[in-house]
Amino acid sequence: MIDARNFTYMFYGFAAAFVILVVYVVSLALRERKLIHEIDRVRRMVEREK
Amino acid sequence: MSNGVTQSNTRDRALFALAAVCAVLLCVDFYKIFLILPDEANQGAIYRIVYVHVPSIFTGFTGFFVALAASAAYLATGKLKYDAFAAAVTEVSLAFATIVLATGMIWGRIIWGIWWAWDARLTTMLVCWLIYAGYLMLRRAIDEPTQRARLSAVVSIFGCVDILIVWKSIEWWRTQHPAPVLSVRDGGGMGPGMEAPIYWNWLAFMCLAAILVMVRTRQEQRSREIDSLRRMAHSY
Repeated sequence: MIDARNFTYMFYGFAAAFVILVVYVVSLALRERKLIHEIDRVRRMVEREK
Repeated sequence: MSNGVTQSNTRDRALFALAAVCAVLLCVDFYKIFLILPDEANQGAIYRIVYVHVPSIFTGFTGFFVALAASAAYLATGKLKYDAFAAAVTEVSLAFATIVLATGMIWGRIIWGIWWAWDARLTTMLVCWLIYAGYLMLRRAIDEPTQRARLSAVVSIFGCVDILIVWKSIEWWRTQHPAPVLSVRDGGGMGPGMEAPIYWNWLAFMCLAAILVMVRTRQEQRSREIDSLRRMAHSY
């Protein structure tokens, strides 16, 4: 007897994989933006110190 | 300067090429998985989770072994670029290991009627996830680059021992987790045509992992550049 929620949980499985990947990609994008901002700030600081 | 720009352009082109290959492979695979392959006789539609679950663990484990090689290369040479690469690969692999745990639990809820069982396969996999999560936490906790790299390399090498236990656990112990089903492990438990999409999805996931590792490695390089600029600023 196949569980009636079978198809729904299959959808949850694929959705969970997709969500985990999207969250990771978004975290990478946010980190990239932060690093670019930080590198600009430190470069300006080095220029001022010179 | 022009050399750096050329390198960056080549890397961007490689990223787009990998993304295109990955997109095509996933579209073809998902078309097969959802529209061509029939439901499994005993499990129904939910067996399709195997097409994400197994390729994710293959990708994750491949990544952890690549991280092992990079960590060993760091210990042998002392070059921090290997450490940065190992950190990037481990983080991406951990994302795939998270997918494995999540999809396995969802499948287990329907097939076993429970979200989790403390059997050998699931427990060793959870330990594996915790070891590599610990690896990333350790990196955040240590500021000194060479000490961080050395300790991280040791954890990475230690973690790979657990991977071998995860892999063999379904042969060594009687587990709630299914016995091997893939023909490469003498399982033969899947119908004709049902096994191939697993390997194609693995290839697609490897392309995706390569893209993420390239992006993450570039971030590690930027972090090192920020550190050296800071040291330069303090030396004035």
